[in-house]
Amino acid sequence: MATSTTAPDADRREPRAGSPARGPVRRPRGPRRSLLPYLLLAPAVVLELAIHVIPMVVGVWMSLLELTQFHIRDWSTAPFIGLENYRATLDLNSAAGKELLHSFWVTLAYSLLSVGFAWLLGISAAVVLQRPFRGRAILRALFLTPYALPVYAAVITWSFLLQRDTGLVNHVLVDQLGLLNERPFWLIGDNSFWSLLVVSVWRNWPFAFLCLMAGLQNVPGELYEAAAIDGAGFWRRLRSVTLPMLRPVNLVLLLVLFLWTFNDFNTPFVLFGGSAPEQADLISIHIYRSSFKTWDFGSGSAMSVALLLFLLVVSAAYLLITNRRRDDHA
Amino acid sequence: MRETAGERWGRRIVLTLLALFVVIPLYVMVTSAAKPLQDVQNGFTWWPSRPTLQPFIDMWSTVPLARYLVNSLVVSSIAAVCSVAVAIFAAFAVSRYRFRGRGVFSVAVLSTQMFPGILFLLPLFLIYVNLGNATGIELYASRTGLVITYLTFSLPFSIWMLVGYFDSIPRGLDEAAQVDGAGPLRTLFQVILPAAVPGVVAVTVYAFMTAWGEVLFASVMTDEGSRTLAVGLQGYSTQFNVYWNQIMAASLVVSIPVVVGFLALQRYFVAGLTAGAVK
Repeated sequence: MATSTTAPDADRREPRAGSPARGPVRRPRGPRRSLLPYLLLAPAVVLELAIHVIPMVVGVWMSLLELTQFHIRDWSTAPFIGLENYRATLDLNSAAGKELLHSFWVTLAYSLLSVGFAWLLGISAAVVLQRPFRGRAILRALFLTPYALPVYAAVITWSFLLQRDTGLVNHVLVDQLGLLNERPFWLIGDNSFWSLLVVSVWRNWPFAFLCLMAGLQNVPGELYEAAAIDGAGFWRRLRSVTLPMLRPVNLVLLLVLFLWTFNDFNTPFVLFGGSAPEQADLISIHIYRSSFKTWDFGSGSAMSVALLLFLLVVSAAYLLITNRRRDDHA
Repeated sequence: MRETAGERWGRRIVLTLLALFVVIPLYVMVTSAAKPLQDVQNGFTWWPSRPTLQPFIDMWSTVPLARYLVNSLVVSSIAAVCSVAVAIFAAFAVSRYRFRGRGVFSVAVLSTQMFPGILFLLPLFLIYVNLGNATGIELYASRTGLVITYLTFSLPFSIWMLVGYFDSIPRGLDEAAQVDGAGPLRTLFQVILPAAVPGVVAVTVYAFMTAWGEVLFASVMTDEGSRTLAVGLQGYSTQFNVYWNQIMAASLVVSIPVVVGFLALQRYFVAGLTAGAVK
């Protein structure tokens, strides 16, 4: 990214003119100059290896074993069965395969909608809070609160709001506004998907807001002045100044939010108390339940690896496409 | 640049809707924590029939909340401090040195953040259990295991943010210190860290929040003795009764420290994100 010389990049650097140049860095003098950076990195690398990389490799290995409840106590005895776990879990004609596919579609819809709404709310708040006014700091703090809350506290509160008989949502919809005659269930059945979506947007949009707010601080005010002198109205300025200037932030933000929501476990786990209804059966919950219900860690690992491969392909495609688009603009 | 009337009204409407969306659940959390039990067992009420602080007293005895709280505090604090210490050295290396593997390290660290947690969960669970059986090092169901796991969760983002912070500290300061004969580590501790205090504090709070709120690993890697708040709060729903007022009271109590910390430091998060996002 740093080597591109497109126009927006050049503009973006400008406000940072006071900060150090990004050219080659002079190395501090010292006898172990070449070894020192590696020593400094060693703790981080060892921890990442121990908790992320090695378990990942082990996970791939587990996915090739018949690691069922009979072998879980001493998994060195588990027989190697090659790709059998993948064949069994990804076979779309089997019941397990159909459930996995269903869970995949639910997760995909959930992620896309959640990211879309979170971004929309985030950009709205960031844009309207861009210019100073009285009470801005308070609103900014308020908007960040859902993100600062521990996820379980936030989601438990929502599950209280969504209770059929004692919750606020039905109280307002049925008792106060009279929009519905029946009290609907929000945490089971078809509604559960939408409940999950609302809770997830409530939790995630402040993060989008935070990043977009940070991004907007890099937009020089003169650009707006110039656009206003040219007679550009609000929407025109949004389209021609704000959004292009936020493009680098958006590229990262959308991908990160997508990966987070696609892997989301906490929200459904707390909202539904560990037994997510079929309509809101996100893939992480699906793998978790099928692994710990049957103690078949082999096929659980196979599903996790398949999930990882899917996300890698999506991320790579996304980065390729967005990079190519940027080169076209250059 | 003047604001048109349309823009002003648009702003007010957007802000009002967003504020309502955010505030309503928070309002319910706070008011329901002050309700007697019958208020939360019958229909919903906007205001307690008789405001009471009883739920804040009862919540400690319905479940062993104090033990969960201590577990969460110990695990999150140690994980946060260790994570930031490790991140400071790594960020210093990435920010101030050019070395082979620097690019790979930066990308690899950030990408681990993106992997599904469930992918590590099953192997890590088995590794901890088997390691315990083989060597007697108790990582499964222990707070040590949780600390080690959690500190790696916040590490990538902490490194990323600190690199942004360190990059924004003029290198002239390093050079001045070196002229005075300071080695790299003294430069780090006496020049860079003092200038990056807000960033370090913000990252510490972030690491604490990450550990404080984690649910997936807490639900698998703990037992009754090492259980943290993330799992413990579910104990208020018994077979016979759901103590919603106590749940809300407990949620409020465990939220306040992290919310206050985060909001007090939000400025520095924005600064860190700005510095990091420009790359």
